[in-house]
Amino acid sequence: MAKLILSVDGQVLKEHTLSKERTLIGRKPHNDIQIDNLAVSGEHAAIITILNDSFIEDLGSTNGTLVNGKPIKKHFLQNNDVVEIGKHKLKYFNDAPQQAGAADFEKTMIIRSPVKAAPPPATAPGAPAQAPAPAPAASADAGMSRTIPPSPEVRAAAPPPPQPTAPQDHAPLRDAAIQVLSGAAAGRTLDLTKNLTTIGKPGLQVAVITKRPNGYFITHVEGTTFPSLNGTSLGATAHPLGDHDMIEIAGVKMEFFYKP
Amino acid sequence: MARPSRIASRPGGWGAAVNIAQALQTASLTDPGRVRDHNEDCIESRPEIGLYVLADGMGGYNAGEVASGMATSLIADGVAEGWVIRDVDKLPREEAMALADRLIREQVARANTAIFTTSQNNPECAGMGTTLVVCLFYDNFVSVAHIGDSRLYRLRGEALDQVTRDHSLLQEQLDSGLITPEEAKLSQNKNLVTKALGIDPTVEPELHVHETAEGDLYLLCSDGLNDMVEDEEIRLTLITLRSNPSLTVQQLVQAANDNGGRDNVSAMLVRVAEPFGVPRGWFARFKALFR
Repeated sequence: MAKLILSVDGQVLKEHTLSKERTLIGRKPHNDIQIDNLAVSGEHAAIITILNDSFIEDLGSTNGTLVNGKPIKKHFLQNNDVVEIGKHKLKYFNDAPQQAGAADFEKTMIIRSPVKAAPPPATAPGAPAQAPAPAPAASADAGMSRTIPPSPEVRAAAPPPPQPTAPQDHAPLRDAAIQVLSGAAAGRTLDLTKNLTTIGKPGLQVAVITKRPNGYFITHVEGTTFPSLNGTSLGATAHPLGDHDMIEIAGVKMEFFYKP
Repeated sequence: MARPSRIASRPGGWGAAVNIAQALQTASLTDPGRVRDHNEDCIESRPEIGLYVLADGMGGYNAGEVASGMATSLIADGVAEGWVIRDVDKLPREEAMALADRLIREQVARANTAIFTTSQNNPECAGMGTTLVVCLFYDNFVSVAHIGDSRLYRLRGEALDQVTRDHSLLQEQLDSGLITPEEAKLSQNKNLVTKALGIDPTVEPELHVHETAEGDLYLLCSDGLNDMVEDEEIRLTLITLRSNPSLTVQQLVQAANDNGGRDNVSAMLVRVAEPFGVPRGWFARFKALFR
């Protein structure tokens, strides 16, 4: 569950877990997070939490609310965001997906639609009108916060914890280009900056060069005959491209090379 | 409409005038991705009647694939049984549309009951369910039904449109203006759907009919694709590889895997290679006899 750490001048004052759907921050005692300082408005800001996501909304405070140094009206909080209210800082932590079992977090789950009769928890209606559209949604969503994960015990035994955020630990792919060696465009170089670059003549013979995390590949796209790579016909499958490989397509020779 | 019925009754009559399997070029691929050890997505098609079904199952153990497998096979078989081209061709266009609508709803309801009952009676399947997208192409239109966050995209010209709107918490937040599309990409509530097949005793699919145009590309996909690959990259891939549907689906699945492949990924691509309008009126039907 996400939490906020309240500090002033680098000194931690307290930690607050965002367990409520709506958390009020302000100077007056009824606030969930009370900051007793005259720079803080009576009701200064609110944090709306919907399952794993939290939003902060300035409630028309006198001195404003900053997130990461910028004044905001409403902001979708991300892990490690710093909220500033006067001299006080609130750091937002939401590390749920980084924990073990992250795979479960990403599994599709059903949440039931709100029962119309269910009393909406104290929420947006009390908020000032500066964000009228979000308010009804917040209350509607609150009724739905009963997630129904199909049998947690079973799910825990599901696949091994993966590396959820790191796609690949490849070294950044080097820039590469194609130089045309024959035909009308001889001498021209084509930088392979896009993920997909097509070469050849549409309707006659076309191949695509794909830029992937693990290198560049060439694949036949259309035409009755296949292009050739270093003198050998490509066939229908993808082939990795090496430095100074020679491609021949639609009667034109070209060379693939990594840029220095 | 009374006159043509005589022609219609001729054996091998005008019903054979449009061959939908020829008009639509298709390719599909499903892949477990890079993280999951089994595939809970399921795809089925009946190219001879222009029917395409994709489901993304959920629920503990292997129950997700039970649900998606039941959904795709029950719906594909059920619709195919009730959608006999020779008979449908005799209907006026609006009636054919209405029949498609009714048939898909019936079969979705039947699949829902079957999955729900199975999950009630088998503890190992408790709580299983599936998202769904169904496309039935006929007479230059496509009937699209969906439940949950499996999607249908359409590329027309250079523009990519998301035809279905997810039944998800995130989509509701977007609709209400609580978050912006940019913020949605950062949301941690991406995986929460508000509707699924087989979870409750009844479910209503969302159903719409769209006119097709020659050259359109229709992409049915599970969230494993659109969560891993940005819409813009999907668009560029569809445009760049337009002439080769099977390479397109391979490239899309590969891109999802290259970006992390955190979920099962499925893609079905349907290209409207030529119009597939059903000849109507006695002259058009007469002409169609000689094609």
